[in-house]
Amino acid sequence: MATLETATDAPRPTLSDLFTGFLKIGLMGFGGVGPIARHIIVTERNWLDDRGYAELIGICQALPGANTVNAAVMLGDRFRGMAGALICVFGLMAMPLLSLVAIANAYDAVSDHPLAQVALTGAAASAAGLILGTAARLLTKAGLARWAWVMAAVAFVAIGVLRLPMLPALLVLVPLGLIAATFGARRI
Amino acid sequence: MERGVFTQLVITFGTISLMAIGGANAVVPEFHRQMVDVLSWMDAPTFARLFAIAQTAPGPNVMLASILGWHVAGTPGLLVATAAILTPSSVLALACSRGLQRYSGNHIVRIATLALVPIALGLMLASGIVAAFAADAGLIGFAITAGTAIVTYRSKVNPLVPMAVGTAAYVALWFAGLV
Repeated sequence: MATLETATDAPRPTLSDLFTGFLKIGLMGFGGVGPIARHIIVTERNWLDDRGYAELIGICQALPGANTVNAAVMLGDRFRGMAGALICVFGLMAMPLLSLVAIANAYDAVSDHPLAQVALTGAAASAAGLILGTAARLLTKAGLARWAWVMAAVAFVAIGVLRLPMLPALLVLVPLGLIAATFGARRI
Repeated sequence: MERGVFTQLVITFGTISLMAIGGANAVVPEFHRQMVDVLSWMDAPTFARLFAIAQTAPGPNVMLASILGWHVAGTPGLLVATAAILTPSSVLALACSRGLQRYSGNHIVRIATLALVPIALGLMLASGIVAAFAADAGLIGFAITAGTAIVTYRSKVNPLVPMAVGTAAYVALWFAGLV
């Protein structure tokens, strides 16, 4: 069984279709590329149907790396092989990287100015809150089992409070999570 | 023997790439630990400011790696850091995509997702805490972090709105001489 179902009536996209599609996702993704990626892949380009997109994102969430980047790799590879994967990632990252270079240079020009320092300190405090709020919302909406809450708490304390190196922490946490998930899934 | 900056970027970010379950928001503490404590390439407030810029910029949040690379070694650093953070996870995604098409991988994907989602969310919470302390903005900074967190938790406004409000509030308090 193919894991990714394409929309049945759509022709296979060309490399330039893939490039422009992901360029657009990168261009329009201010404040998060997730929603816009779905709009372009499913509604505008008809590359996948809703079920196929949900499956694709499901796999991407189970892998390390940004979901949208992984989705770009997988869709590109599915339609046009290795070249397709490269084109999709390149298209996705091109505009955000160009604007990041512009922002970084602007930062460099003003970074010694006290007002810029203050503004960025405020932005840093806000950005931290943004991540905390998003994490809290996802945690309450994820419908986690009791063991999963324990895993989340252990991960938080190990990395956020004790500041342990992440590699050894994950080498313990991930196998534990896989064992708990296997037993948890069997019970349901 | 000391490694060159680019080699070190490739090794450090390449490793972080494979640890980024749920994306870059899970590995902010590891970026911080490596940049500030292990490699001493920047102080904590500088890290927090670059983190804020990466959050404001459009695009996937792995671009935190890009701007850290830029700070360390300019545009070549940005390109090397971006390639290093993208390549290992993308190669893994490619391998999984091909593997899962051959075998029905739904069960494996379900178990992996069940296992990784809580860890990823715990790490994301840790990222927020580490970033809040790195910002080094005092009690008022923590108040702004808490305020932004509550607004983000409760409403679905574009994330740039609470960020802009929080920044403006901090600047206003600075003008008032309170920070």
